[in-house]
Amino acid sequence: MKIEQFSGYLKHLVWLPLLMLGGCNMALLDPKGQVGMDEKSLIITATLLMLIVVVPVIVMTLAFAWKYRASNTKATYRPNWSHSNRIELVVWLVPCVIVAILGTITWTSTHELDPYRPLDSDVKPIEIQVVSLDWKWLFIYPEQGIATVNEIAFPKDTPVNFKITSQSAMNSFFIPQLGSQIYSMAGMQTKLHLIANHEGSFEGISANLSGEGFSDMKFQAISTSQDGFKDWVAKVKANPETLDLNSYPALVEPSKADPVRYFGAVSPTLYQHILMQYAHGGHHAMNSAEHADADMVGMHMNARTEESN
Amino acid sequence: MFGKLTLEAVPFHEPIIMVTLAVVALLGFGVFAALTYYRKWGYLWSEWLTSVDHKKIGVMYILVALVMLLRGFADAIMMRAQLAVAQGGAEGFLPPEHYDQIFTAHGVIMIIFMAMPFMVGLMNIAVPLQIGARDVAFPFLNSLSFWLFVAGAILVNISLGVGEFARTGWVAYPPLAELGYSPGVGVDYYIWALQLSGLGTLLTGVNFLVTVFKMRTPGMTLMKMPIFTWACTFTNILIVASFPILTATLGLLTLDRYLDMHFFTNELGGNAMMYINLFWAWGHPEVYILILPAFGIFSEVISTFSGKKLFGYTSMVWASGAITLLGFVVWLHHFFTMGSGANVNAFFGVATMIISVPTGVKLFSWLFTMFRGRIRFTTPVLWTLGFMVTFTIGGMTGVLLAVPGADYVLHNSLFLIAHFHNTIIGGAVFGYLAGFTFWFPKAFGFKLDERLGKGAFWCWISGFFVAFMPLYVLGFMGMTRRLNHYDNAMWQPYLIVAFCGAGLILCGILFQIAQLIVSFKNREQLRDLTGDPWGGRTLEWSTSSPPPFYNFAELPTVHKLDAFQDMKEKGTAYQRPASYSPIHMPKNTAAGVVIGLLGAVFGFAMVWHIWWLAGLSFIGMVATFIARSYNQDVDYYVQPDEIERIESQHHARFEAHGQTLNTTSFAEQV
Repeated sequence: MKIEQFSGYLKHLVWLPLLMLGGCNMALLDPKGQVGMDEKSLIITATLLMLIVVVPVIVMTLAFAWKYRASNTKATYRPNWSHSNRIELVVWLVPCVIVAILGTITWTSTHELDPYRPLDSDVKPIEIQVVSLDWKWLFIYPEQGIATVNEIAFPKDTPVNFKITSQSAMNSFFIPQLGSQIYSMAGMQTKLHLIANHEGSFEGISANLSGEGFSDMKFQAISTSQDGFKDWVAKVKANPETLDLNSYPALVEPSKADPVRYFGAVSPTLYQHILMQYAHGGHHAMNSAEHADADMVGMHMNARTEESN
Repeated sequence: MFGKLTLEAVPFHEPIIMVTLAVVALLGFGVFAALTYYRKWGYLWSEWLTSVDHKKIGVMYILVALVMLLRGFADAIMMRAQLAVAQGGAEGFLPPEHYDQIFTAHGVIMIIFMAMPFMVGLMNIAVPLQIGARDVAFPFLNSLSFWLFVAGAILVNISLGVGEFARTGWVAYPPLAELGYSPGVGVDYYIWALQLSGLGTLLTGVNFLVTVFKMRTPGMTLMKMPIFTWACTFTNILIVASFPILTATLGLLTLDRYLDMHFFTNELGGNAMMYINLFWAWGHPEVYILILPAFGIFSEVISTFSGKKLFGYTSMVWASGAITLLGFVVWLHHFFTMGSGANVNAFFGVATMIISVPTGVKLFSWLFTMFRGRIRFTTPVLWTLGFMVTFTIGGMTGVLLAVPGADYVLHNSLFLIAHFHNTIIGGAVFGYLAGFTFWFPKAFGFKLDERLGKGAFWCWISGFFVAFMPLYVLGFMGMTRRLNHYDNAMWQPYLIVAFCGAGLILCGILFQIAQLIVSFKNREQLRDLTGDPWGGRTLEWSTSSPPPFYNFAELPTVHKLDAFQDMKEKGTAYQRPASYSPIHMPKNTAAGVVIGLLGAVFGFAMVWHIWWLAGLSFIGMVATFIARSYNQDVDYYVQPDEIERIESQHHARFEAHGQTLNTTSFAEQV
């Protein structure tokens, strides 16, 4: 029997935690923002905790199989031994204890890392409205009055409050190096709070299949200095293109691998229109939604209704 | 006349599909010609297609599962090949509209048309024998279940050559799966294939629950049932409770697509979140439907080949029960990123982790079954040991994904893909392959070649690690699932390694094909004349291999757990009664195969909106069912002289083999 070959697989186990601690090219293990950093340490803590059971189980599997091989007639053989209260107590208790610890960590970390929770910071947050289209991302800066396609910028160390919806299919808004993702859904709004603690340009993706052009549905998220951000806003503002209810339908047309686009001006009610277009009976409600009660959006259109942050 | 169906539905311009179809047509013609030449149509019809014998139905289930395994694996290797090359501007050889169909078909086929029938097939072969029954409670229903499943499988395969399959991923989330974004017939194929086979699965669940509760042999109380039967019982409870949810959910999606209703659309008050919740309210229990019987197989294998009672039988039963119950309160962990509140996410995260407790207990039970045993390293044992190592890793990554804070970055990534293949291949598939080798001699009367079986095992397990460990890494590198191409050069080496892993798994599959051929050729040397080739402990080993169609000439009486081992120890095994009583058996019926094939026609007609044909085939199905219900000539008695003749033959072979009747030390002889 080639039981020793099994020990080769043990190496994989050693390799798994190593992979977690190393990882220079690995977006999730090289986070550039607080949310991502917290999530990385959560992943490492949880893994180490579980290895307390996983390693002994794998070692015992290989060791028992080897020791009690049929050819080893010197080993004890007790064909009718099938019960031991002490062992049963241990095998129920040890996993219970680990799950209790992990469960506690899970409970607190889930509340701390809730994508809807505004981040703790003295800096005034910046708001970006996100719309997933077929197959590109539309970003609206309500305070700056600008809009872009497939590129966002924000100052570093400044919390970014994303409000997210979709024009059509469901996507998942995800900047791996900054942390959490969240679904974008038509007629509903989800929220995500992220922050970048380093300058840089990070890849953003859709992490949920939305059709043919999904693979190229990427954007750049640029974290820059305060001045750099001002310059970027000015650059976008300088663009003569504007986005409003009349030009929006042309943008909605499906397209793949779109280049970055800037809109120097954007209709302040556009995002609300997109969000409300499916309310009260379909597409033609676009116009009537203009007068929709803001509370309606808060009450009915959020994916989450059981609590408000 | 033909609804939406025109000649353009056949993808003549797709060389990959056309070559595949040509090969399938050639193979099909070969089989047809062989059946005609050897005049086997009558045999096929009367002995197999119309059979209500649970053993034959089980064999047919597994046969279809193996064929679908090849189909699903072909999809897998095409996906790996595509991603190994489609980097940095290269589009690969599969455009998105084709690639998206392939990963959808891969998922649907592997779960619904490979794993499910493999599991149901093993259950069919082993459970009635393990509880000392002569068939299932409703033999005709069993045949109907199988043929409804075949109807679904036929639809999936037709979609390859006529029209298209869904491009939505195997979950078919709306609004992408709605008419607005998926106007083609792909999602309709998906719907009807799953509806037909799902109905078959539900009927199987009902059938086997009644079988286990009403048809156990005298003396076999619930807590004396073999552990595999227990595992299947919990699986059937899950089936009966969860499959109606799938049927209803797909029904609502059908109404959306066919009658312009708006349950899940963006418009007119529809809500896709409802579909996603309902889908996983079925989908998560489905995972346990697949894995629990595999756990049962590992328990049987490890106990048999350690020559030892299963450690902690009672704990095992309760652990399975706990998993069954908890399996229903964790569905939300498939979409922590949908915007639920922290309390909701945390609840489902912790509930998911709690499942790892009974699962951990099972692992320890297998460990302590080996402890102080005498382990024979047969192929089923290798699969079991491979499972214990692999599944432990998959369990760990699963618990990690159950932590919402970790899932927020790992969700939908290749880490997730690696995780569920880690549990489905390393758990369910290894289990079914162990069960296949373990019960093969019982079903066919000869053992499988051990050397080739071991070759298959080593290829599969090394292939698994080479193919899926890189996917864990890619998940950390931020690679999401269902990508058709990418421009991150650092991903490519890992994807090439993963492709090589798929190649190793292919070697494993080739070993298995060779194993079947070689074992068939050497069947005389591999013949099992005793009915007990492994030193088995449960009742299926007390009858001949293959068992007579009535399974047991006289129903065995059970006094202890591991009933057959108990009989061997007491010396009461193989004793022949003074005389036999007539045995009540069901007659074969064509109703199952007729309803199933009409079901396939109905599904096809619905897909293409051929309303007259849909109506006609549906009426045909109902009429056949009613006709069958009024048929009173469904059973007969096997007379004692025929039983005497069959039993004497078995005992003559048995004694010629030179076995002593009291084989208490059987383990040492093998």
